[in-house]
Amino acid sequence: MRNAWTLTKVRMRLALRNRAFIFFSLVFPLIFLFLFLGLFARSNVAAVPYMLASVLAITVMGSFWGLSIQLVTFREQGILRRFRVAPVGAGAMLASSILSNYILTLPTVTIEFALARRIFHMNQWGNLGGVFLLVSLGIVTFAALGLIIASVTNSTQETQVINQILWSAFLFLSGATLPLPMLPVWIQRFALFLPATYLVTGLERVMVAQVGIMQIGAEVLALAVSAALAFFLSQQLFRWEPEAKVNPRAKLLAAATIVPFLLLGLWETTHGNLRSAARTDFLTIERPAAPNTNR
Amino acid sequence: MTAPIIEVLNLTKHYGAVQALRGVSFEVQEGEVFGLLGPNGAGKTSTVEILEGLRPADGGIVSVCGLDPQSTGLAFKQEIGAVLQSTALPDKLKVGEAVAMFASFYKRKRDPAALLKRFGLEEKRNAFYSQLSGGQKQRLALAMSLVNEPRVLFLDEPTAGLDPQVRREIYTIIEELKHERKTILLTTHYIEEAEKLCDRVAIVDQGRVIAQGTPRELKQRSAGTTRIELRLARPESDAALKKLDGVADCHASDGVYVVHSTRVPQTIVSLVKYLEAQGNELSSLDIAAPSLEDVFLELTGRRLRD
Repeated sequence: MRNAWTLTKVRMRLALRNRAFIFFSLVFPLIFLFLFLGLFARSNVAAVPYMLASVLAITVMGSFWGLSIQLVTFREQGILRRFRVAPVGAGAMLASSILSNYILTLPTVTIEFALARRIFHMNQWGNLGGVFLLVSLGIVTFAALGLIIASVTNSTQETQVINQILWSAFLFLSGATLPLPMLPVWIQRFALFLPATYLVTGLERVMVAQVGIMQIGAEVLALAVSAALAFFLSQQLFRWEPEAKVNPRAKLLAAATIVPFLLLGLWETTHGNLRSAARTDFLTIERPAAPNTNR
Repeated sequence: MTAPIIEVLNLTKHYGAVQALRGVSFEVQEGEVFGLLGPNGAGKTSTVEILEGLRPADGGIVSVCGLDPQSTGLAFKQEIGAVLQSTALPDKLKVGEAVAMFASFYKRKRDPAALLKRFGLEEKRNAFYSQLSGGQKQRLALAMSLVNEPRVLFLDEPTAGLDPQVRREIYTIIEELKHERKTILLTTHYIEEAEKLCDRVAIVDQGRVIAQGTPRELKQRSAGTTRIELRLARPESDAALKKLDGVADCHASDGVYVVHSTRVPQTIVSLVKYLEAQGNELSSLDIAAPSLEDVFLELTGRRLRD
């Protein structure tokens, strides 16, 4: 635990010295904030919490991108093997990845709230306890997902390709950029199987409808189970050596991370109310585009 | 005699179809500097990485400080220090931070500031790793390897790729550690390094230890012969040169003929006569005392840098 904390502090320093990290963790989410709130909520205060929920989700989901690239780079450059010859376990290395990311993302989230209030005159804070819980679980889940990607890819190029595919799906199919009710119904149905969708809709519900934590139980459970599973699997699959190639069985094992979302997606498809809740939250915006309600 | 601090018996390792180690055995006593000398691909790094606990062996018995590197995990790593061959630190990590961070991982630790001073890195404390020269990076690696007062220090090709001046700097540091009676296992393909720094050397080739002993003992294998290195205007056959007076052996490599002679003056006289008769000429001639290179050449028929 002590090693994990030492590594966390060092990795936070490294991140803050990295221009790419500053851009993608702070500048990039703020660009989204000004873009979304500036374009869609400038003269419509009621839309601010809804748009802020999307921006928060994008900020949180960004965790997986930088972490996976960093870990693969560390492995490729032989940095990890230097730690391996010291009394440092894979658990400490992975936990420090998540913890440093968590600590560094929280200020961005706070700044986003402050700017939404100050510049875009947000007049309600939502259920802050729920926001904190979802943001925290979201960061851990998506960071752990990044660690899984790092475990099953062999090079930074391969990691970037997989990240790009996942990032695009998270960004455009989950309701993070285009509201879920505006998407074609088949995409809405597909979205029920994406972890990002639960983060986005969960945040919309606590921000817009200000629901209690119990009402986002499914989202919280799915994120928590996935975070735990992804962390456990990344520990099992962790590779210190650049030449240690991942075996195909490990890739299958990594795919187990999607199991909670697969189950939740199936449950949501048959019994759930996520899509109708997303529609309700969307309709709270005063001048909505017509939502796609075809089933 | 106390029990060896490193024991290796019949170590085997293969990577796919390649048999990297074919039954390597040796022992290292506490306070000794032991060298594994051999060409690239001989199996030195595989051996060291198994001893460091970085790789599992396929077969054989390994003990370091009385522990099995594979099964004792983090407890074992408290006891050793290592300078690895292909490793790095994050570019934006500062020198002082790196030493302090690694010190924090160990139960037994040295003062990071004192280590930086000893290795001449005091002024570089706030420099990023990416700003260091090759020699400074290697001095930092050595400082970090000593941060836990290791009982055994592994140095895997510690001067590979460094220029001669920096290499001498590193030799000085290793000699200081030797005077402090630090147990060191060093791998190298530099003859000079093995002869200068090691108390005992194991010569490794194609996954086997083909000879071991003190550098003096090993060189005595070539005792009674003197090495003469020749370059000729036109090539000659080894067989012809072997027939010259006093010649015990002759190998050619990269246009250099290495002739081992038991009677140097007679060999040179008969060489000159022979070349005159062939219409050939001497381009250069060097006479040298036998080195570990000669031992390797005698044992394998190849030069270390082949």
